[in-house]
Amino acid sequence: MLEHLRELFRYRELLRSLTWREIRVKYKQSIMGVLWAVFMPMIVVSAGILVKYAAAKLSGTPFDAAAIASISIRAVPWAFFVSSLRFATGSLISNTNLVTRIYFPKEIFPLAAVLSQLLDFAVASGVLLVLLTVVRVGVSVHLLWVPVLMLLMVILVAGLGIFLSASALFFRDVKYLVEVVLTFAIFFTPVFYDVSLFGKWSRVLLLNPVAPLLEGIDAVIVKHQEPQLAWVLYSTVFALVVLTAGYSFFKRSEPAFAENI
Amino acid sequence: MSEIALKLDHVSKKFRRGEIHDSLRDLIPALTGKFLKGGTGLKKEEFWALDDVCMEVKKGEAFGIIGPNGAGKSTILKLLSGILVPTKGSLIVNGTLSALIEVGAGFHPDLTGRENIYLNGSILGMKKREIEAKFDEIVEFSGLAEFLDTPVKRYSSGMYARLGFSVAAHVDPDVLVVDEVLSVGDLVFQRKCLQRMSEVLSSGVTVLFVSHSLRAVAELCSRSMLLVGGKVAALGPSDQVISEYLAQASGDRRTSVGPVEVRSVRLSTPSGDGVHFKTGETVDVEVELHARESCAKVAVVLDLLDESQYNLFNTSTERMGNPPVDLEPGEVYRCTFRLDLHLAQGTYYFGAHAYRYDVEHNYDSLVPALTFYVSSGIEVRGAVNCHPRLVDQKREIGSR
Repeated sequence: MLEHLRELFRYRELLRSLTWREIRVKYKQSIMGVLWAVFMPMIVVSAGILVKYAAAKLSGTPFDAAAIASISIRAVPWAFFVSSLRFATGSLISNTNLVTRIYFPKEIFPLAAVLSQLLDFAVASGVLLVLLTVVRVGVSVHLLWVPVLMLLMVILVAGLGIFLSASALFFRDVKYLVEVVLTFAIFFTPVFYDVSLFGKWSRVLLLNPVAPLLEGIDAVIVKHQEPQLAWVLYSTVFALVVLTAGYSFFKRSEPAFAENI
Repeated sequence: MSEIALKLDHVSKKFRRGEIHDSLRDLIPALTGKFLKGGTGLKKEEFWALDDVCMEVKKGEAFGIIGPNGAGKSTILKLLSGILVPTKGSLIVNGTLSALIEVGAGFHPDLTGRENIYLNGSILGMKKREIEAKFDEIVEFSGLAEFLDTPVKRYSSGMYARLGFSVAAHVDPDVLVVDEVLSVGDLVFQRKCLQRMSEVLSSGVTVLFVSHSLRAVAELCSRSMLLVGGKVAALGPSDQVISEYLAQASGDRRTSVGPVEVRSVRLSTPSGDGVHFKTGETVDVEVELHARESCAKVAVVLDLLDESQYNLFNTSTERMGNPPVDLEPGEVYRCTFRLDLHLAQGTYYFGAHAYRYDVEHNYDSLVPALTFYVSSGIEVRGAVNCHPRLVDQKREIGSR
């Protein structure tokens, strides 16, 4: 394992080049360019606001600026998670040429896919920051949690991406499975709602490793409280296990990539 | 110089024929099939792409690999570069290895030439600083300076290949693997590539060269290996290995089904038989036809081919003014051509056809039928010997 990591480190420049390639290629020949990075999460946010507004109207609860802030703050990392995972899963298959012809550590592909999505995330976060200032969510010391929670999100998505990209190389079903799951995952993930809405069933929802992270981000930014530490710990362990297991699966099957793709 | 750069030790590689199951729907019937047949179902589709291959290449040596298509040449290269792993055996690569296997493989069509140089450079293992240092040299070499900011998807295939080769040729590895990439671009660019190759060779880099151009292998490599069907058929000094390959290729006899068969082509000189000649020597070439059925107006055509099967010279009994012959069933017909071999040093082939001119029908061909070698002094190179003589030489000094 250590040897693999050392090799990956030797190829860090290639990781940077490929990340940069994904970013360049993505918005070439498009009029809106990098604005797409804002547009996508904006759609999710709008849908969320609509759902939340309807729910508030039905139950008679108040619909305020905090609700909008809460949805936006969850939607942007969720959009990052979805697009990274989708992109990473197909990253080996869409680079057949390089996988079968040139030697380098192939985990660079899913990693570059995730890293390139971070740029979109950063752009969307910039816009989000403006929105949060406008609706005056305020600041607190709990904001220091944000980078930690985002790092966990990146580790989780990288681990899943590494595992899924290698599986999709052997079985194309994985790609379609990921598509289907990601399309409906928004219903099972607290993006448009708080898990507290479900009372004692909230624990089941929090088993989804993304849920504690989104809940946590909402807690520290909008509610100015500490995240639920136990659940964040759960997500951390989950993310690290996925990354380790996914990476070792990837490295073990890597020699068979070229003849099975 | 005696250090080992590359070593293959009893390396074998197994491949599968046909489709592999890449979706669950295909896998389930395959697994049940396997279960019912007791696990022997898949074995039928497997074959050895490489079978017990051993070779060693010393540091600074240029080593050639030749052989027919599908012999496993590219598989060896992929094993050495680490893309594939051997099923059995082990291999050693000392130092960094760079492969000119598929030039431009890492290009992205939407990126410009400039962006692709950086990207491809780092895919081939160059550091950003290295690429920056060599950037101008690469652009200069490719001759594409004015298209540098055009996306490569708008390039012609020649331009694409030129840019790919230019980047690849500027990587500085310890071991360079070259697979049939010297044939890209136009004439001027090809000459540049060959020049670059000999530069690389003289700088002490170990080169593994895979080519169908036997002349290039003979010129660049001191030792070579002949692969046939995944097995090492010959290994040793290049000229011996190439002779072995040619002998095998011309030994490929087909079974003729036509009414007349070109049975053999034989070479003789006044001084006896043989296949080694000096330039300018006179030889007799005897062609033998066997008629199965009666056939009308048969003429014998004789071909002289060079190493790349290019027809250098061609004649026929009829074009030389001899009437065609009508053959009876079971008849054997022989004719002998006398030729002066005004050829430069190299390997050549004879081939023969039984042909009917008036209806332009080819009864049978035997090409290549026979391999022979011509040696000459160092004063001539190329395909033909025009017997050069220096008849004048002037020097003028001080005039502008």
